[in-house]
Amino acid sequence: MKFTRRLAAALLAAGLTFFAPRTAAAQHETAADLLDGERAFKNTCANCHGPDGDVIAGIDLGRGRFRRPMTDEDLVRIIRTGIPNTPMPASQMTVEQAQQIVAYLRNRATALRASVAAGDPLRGKGLFDTRTCASCHRIGGIGSRVGPDLTDVGSRRSAIEIEQALVNPGADVAPGNRTYRVVLKDGTTVSGRLLGHDTFSVQLLDTREQLRSFAKADLRELGFVATPMPSYRATMTAQEIADVVSYLSSLRGQ
Amino acid sequence: MRHALRLLIVLALVAPLGAQQVTFERILHGDREPQNWLSYSGTLMNQRFSPLTQITAANVKNLQQQWVWQAKSLEKFEATPLVVDGVMYTVQAPNDVVALDAVSGRVFWTYAYTPAPEGRPCCGRVNRGVAILGDTLYMGTIDAHLIAIDARSGKPIWNTVVAKASDRYSITSSPTIVKDKVIIGTGGGDGPIRGYISAFDAKTGKEVWRFNTIPGPGEPGHDTWSGDSWKTGGVGVWNAGAYDPEANLVYFGTGNPAPDWDGRNRLGDNLYSDSVLALDADTGTLKWHYQFTPHDELDYDSTQVPLLADIQWQGRARKVMLWANRNGVMYALDRVTGEFLKGKPFVKTNWLDGFDAKGRPHQVKFPTPEGTLVRPHVHGGINWAPVSFSPRTGLFYVASWENSGIVAVTGQFPRTASANTQQTAMGQTNLVPFYNDDTEPFGAVRAYDPKTLDPVWEFKMSDITWGGTLATAGDVVFSGGREGYFLALDARTGALLWKASVGGQVNAGAMSYAVNGKQYVAIAAGNALFAYALP
Repeated sequence: MKFTRRLAAALLAAGLTFFAPRTAAAQHETAADLLDGERAFKNTCANCHGPDGDVIAGIDLGRGRFRRPMTDEDLVRIIRTGIPNTPMPASQMTVEQAQQIVAYLRNRATALRASVAAGDPLRGKGLFDTRTCASCHRIGGIGSRVGPDLTDVGSRRSAIEIEQALVNPGADVAPGNRTYRVVLKDGTTVSGRLLGHDTFSVQLLDTREQLRSFAKADLRELGFVATPMPSYRATMTAQEIADVVSYLSSLRGQ
Repeated sequence: MRHALRLLIVLALVAPLGAQQVTFERILHGDREPQNWLSYSGTLMNQRFSPLTQITAANVKNLQQQWVWQAKSLEKFEATPLVVDGVMYTVQAPNDVVALDAVSGRVFWTYAYTPAPEGRPCCGRVNRGVAILGDTLYMGTIDAHLIAIDARSGKPIWNTVVAKASDRYSITSSPTIVKDKVIIGTGGGDGPIRGYISAFDAKTGKEVWRFNTIPGPGEPGHDTWSGDSWKTGGVGVWNAGAYDPEANLVYFGTGNPAPDWDGRNRLGDNLYSDSVLALDADTGTLKWHYQFTPHDELDYDSTQVPLLADIQWQGRARKVMLWANRNGVMYALDRVTGEFLKGKPFVKTNWLDGFDAKGRPHQVKFPTPEGTLVRPHVHGGINWAPVSFSPRTGLFYVASWENSGIVAVTGQFPRTASANTQQTAMGQTNLVPFYNDDTEPFGAVRAYDPKTLDPVWEFKMSDITWGGTLATAGDVVFSGGREGYFLALDARTGALLWKASVGGQVNAGAMSYAVNGKQYVAIAAGNALFAYALP
């Protein structure tokens, strides 16, 4: 009995870590990549795997669970070449398209849908308001756009992911939410959410909520910076965090 | 003190910049900020005239391509983009909204909307662009929703069902903003719908008023439909409206009655099909209407964009509405009273031989079982493409289309034949060699004197055109056509000043904007958006 439980726990842990750590390529994912990946997934993969990726037994693409451990490279290869002697066919996709699908799945990976402490959503809303979360986040059209919009965060993120974002916000920032900073040649510094970048240009939603595009040739410095989201590990009690998580999990869009 | 200072800094950082909100005042006076393009046709008078003067008839030959944005869509690209303070907003058909850097064409964000599969109207899953008010964008969708989207983040705010796509309604037009309302019509009038125009509260998406384009029982005009034909008589509304703030009237053109080519079961004038409606902008009450084609059996939708101009008319200043109609006739109406001032064919037209004193046309051609040659044919003297007017030249610019065909009554769709076997497809086609006999059909960009409705000049093309026109204060008219050229013409003479091969059909109107003092001209062609500027 005890052994079985331990085995189950070990299997669960293994299942939950089947996604290898992020590769350097992930640094270049943008919101547009994720959107392309989502579309490709829904148009192609979802036909057999289902919209949530969990239709085929033993595989749950949305949570990064596979029948054996998979790296990003394994997944890209399988998407392109298929698995012989199984219903998983080869595709015409380029490496870039397959990488976009992997990026989408990884981004969506609701890693651990484990239980968090029970919280009170009403108290959580009170904390959300008094802790001025809305100075960066937006819910239902109220608040700032500087941080991620939380209007439907409960349908996009598991409770444990939300809790992680509160206690360890820099650990796993979604590609569309990373903070970028540019310094113009005249010393002007602009930071904000990175919307896109390429060899010659950078696109941000800056801290004044303006859409800004810069030619890299006009910049003295540029690069990612740490998330401005503070950790609440030390400044909130476990119960308070559970309350906020409970409130945010209840936000399912309008 | 220090705390207060810090609070002030925080507030300054997080407060949305009110000055950059697109108020209705800014939309109404869009010409006061020529660097921006705040509504479908530049202003609510729909003159599609850019007051920018950097690009002129003298230097337009030096235009260079600045960027291209490729849509991930194979639908016709009919949208006119908006530009607000350096950010461009357009629609990737059917219904993805895209925010672009207007200088580089690089994407800020994409709002992806997947319309219901039943949203499949007759003529392509197209969209003609978004509207903006405050910092919210508004888009009508092919499955007949109206969606509000945050202009900074691309996040949806509300999504209202305007009509049921399963009942064959659709929306393809750019919404029209008047005060605090978003006004939009329902398309789908080639099918058995009953069209309407609705105004929605911009903040909440709740319907404020609705005007049915076919009067119901007890309403004036109901008796212009025999039997129950009014229930399914079509009369869609699928293009943007105009607004006159002094009259507080919003104007929309309406579509054909259904079924299109067979009026035997819908006897009567079929009000308010093929008409212009002048509605009170606050209540939707009808103030006046003019019907261009009573009891239409030739599919002459009047969904062209109403163009408002203040001109001298027979010796006195008059507030007019100029209209190049799909039925091949150009009109001048008094836009305050609806009075018919003048009507005159602007392409070869044979379905009427004149007007009575009130402007009712005398119709002489009808579909018959054996077939009737009509001019213009179903494609019209112009279809839906936007027109323009230059207050500098006083001319009205129309990308027109000469065509004819034989219409025979066979039921829902006409049996058509033409001496010329080159059919003019309604949909997107690749650029193909065009084998016409140089007589018709063909497209031509033409300038008309609104005082007489007489042509002043013509630039003739081999192939037909679905493109619109843009006039600028540099005295240039931009247009294009199905051959895949973007053209710059002298606004006073029609002389070709410059052209670019854009490799795909021009199915939209051009627009102009400026960022950091540099003027750009943008045009959608094929499946891409192109921007040009001087070096």
